[in-house]
Amino acid sequence: MNMSQKISRRDFSKLLLTGATSASLGLFGTPSRAFGASKRVVVIGGGFGGAAAAKYLRKLDPSIAVTLVEPKAVFHTCPFSNWVLAGLRTMNDISQTYTVLKNKYQVNVIADSAVAIDSTRSTVKLKNGMVLSYDRLIVSPGIDFKWDAVPGHSEALANTRIPHAYQAGPQTTLLLNQLQSMRNGGKVIICPPANPFRCPPGPYERASLIAHYLKAKKPLSKILILDPKDKFSKQGLFKQGWEKLYPGMIEWRSGVTGGKVVKIDGTTMTVTTEFGEEKGDVINLIPPQKAGKIAFEAGLTDASGWCPVNPVSFESTIHPGIHVIGDSSIAGVMPKSGYAASSQGKVAAAAIVRLLQGKVPASPSLVNTCYSLIGTDYAISVAGVYKLTADGVVEIPGSGGLTPMNADADQLREEASFAVGWYNNIVHDTWG
Amino acid sequence: MFSSRFYTLVYISRTVRFFISFIHFNKEILFMAANLRLWLTACVLSAAAIIPGGAASAAGSSEVNPRGLVLSLSCSSCHGTDGKSVGLIPSIYGKSTSYIESAMLAFKSGARYSTVMSRHAKGYTDAEIRLIAEYFGRFSRNK
Ligand SMILES: Cc1cc2nc3c(=O)[nH]c(=O)nc-3n(C[C@H](O)[C@H](O)[C@H](O)COP(=O)(O)OP(=O)(O)OC[C@H]3O[C@@H](n4cnc5c(N)ncnc54)[C@H](O)[C@@H]3O)c2cc1C
Repeated sequence: MNMSQKISRRDFSKLLLTGATSASLGLFGTPSRAFGASKRVVVIGGGFGGAAAAKYLRKLDPSIAVTLVEPKAVFHTCPFSNWVLAGLRTMNDISQTYTVLKNKYQVNVIADSAVAIDSTRSTVKLKNGMVLSYDRLIVSPGIDFKWDAVPGHSEALANTRIPHAYQAGPQTTLLLNQLQSMRNGGKVIICPPANPFRCPPGPYERASLIAHYLKAKKPLSKILILDPKDKFSKQGLFKQGWEKLYPGMIEWRSGVTGGKVVKIDGTTMTVTTEFGEEKGDVINLIPPQKAGKIAFEAGLTDASGWCPVNPVSFESTIHPGIHVIGDSSIAGVMPKSGYAASSQGKVAAAAIVRLLQGKVPASPSLVNTCYSLIGTDYAISVAGVYKLTADGVVEIPGSGGLTPMNADADQLREEASFAVGWYNNIVHDTWG
Repeated sequence: MFSSRFYTLVYISRTVRFFISFIHFNKEILFMAANLRLWLTACVLSAAAIIPGGAASAAGSSEVNPRGLVLSLSCSSCHGTDGKSVGLIPSIYGKSTSYIESAMLAFKSGARYSTVMSRHAKGYTDAEIRLIAEYFGRFSRNK
């Protein structure tokens, strides 16, 4: 799949000139509410993208009335959920609430799900029947899974025996309990999905941190990664770390060497690959992914299963007035990460503030940093700074990149401390 | 053990943060008052409301460069909202424009050691670095 969103050169110059496809629509096209009344922005989803967008809209322009729709009272962050599996954090440590957004930033938080979007009337319908009108809508629903991609798998099986633990919460606890009750000498099978998926280094950080736990508590155990891909994020650095910290414990099998899973059996706990069968004591299958359900229902997705957007404002190229951010959006070469979602949430908030004033949004630059912990004093990172060009969102040549392969122990330890520093700041910047 | 440069960094950032928290407290009250005022006059699109960055208007700064704003917003994921770090990563808040600009240029050239900052700094032109430095410099008393 071609992830980078191609824009024709003419469209690109037009985009930079007008800032967004509907800079004028914002003024004349959307149904204008009672003249002079404050503008209304509705945000669907209170995760990394949505919560950051809601907070920054209020911070940048307190005259805008912001409503955030999120069914969960407590949000568990996926970042650091692998640390929970290692016993380095508790579920409580990765919990976030909406109290500060409500009280300090006066965001109207509604604990419910959006079930329908009417883009012509500019309304959102909630599960409880309530209908919200908006001048601009932000959609940040995260991911949904393609349950039928692996024969034998289902959502019911994921909720009982084969957790994905790729949306933090009860899924994380289920996998944690399975690891804790596993025998010494057991086999953990991790099956990462094909690209694109949320948090490209996530399955490999998970393998590292499960190894951290097993090495201390169940040292005869093994981890087998069955991967449909032939390479993965930060591969050289992960493999180097595994050799140093967990020699012989983690085996990674690539697509061409039989890593692709073709069937799963939850009763016998067997994974079938193109090359044969593997039995696991714990199986963590992470299904292939697509944009969150509401994005499909609102017709915001294209044939790829993700949402095409104008990268200046993250406004949908299908439905003007609706901005899609975070994992659900197609953001060129930017990975689907919490950092990226938050960066996009702020860019969209700044753009919406200007669009609602009839002004052109400023051309953004977007940023990502992803830390992965391999052991307690050993973390690696990937960074990226992205720009808008005629070829979509691209990485700026010479910038970004990985922790060097020859980093010394001091640097790896500093990165592990900065990973904690990053987590504390991003959750505070988003929900605090 | 951490390298000594790392400890120095942590020490300096903690001390600075400690003092800033006092200054910040006052600004926070001003900010809340400004917010309240804006709420009461929400029907009129007042000039204050148009300035992106409520905190900045309360701090008495002038118009914010919109590009400087979008470039700078990404920094807060690691350095905290308005550059006020709550963790181990150094704060940007309170530092002067010239300090931030020279630090970023030193990260960009590699003259100053970092784990990740040089990888970020290389993603900006010198003019963009100036815009970012000006954005955060507004929070400082030494411009
Ligand atoms: C194991 C793991 C580790 C990770 N580690 C990192 C990391 O270290 N660093 C990093 O940057 N990223 C990391 N990520 C990635 C990060 O979690 C995601 O990229 C990020 O959460 C995406 O933000 P989002 O806003 O798109 O979606 P989410 O954060 O998932 O938020 C979506 C929200 O929308 C809500 N929602 C969905 N549908 C509706 C609806 N119809 N109505 C109302 N609300 C709705 C959901 O309840 C949810 O709260 C990790 C991911 C995993 C799985």
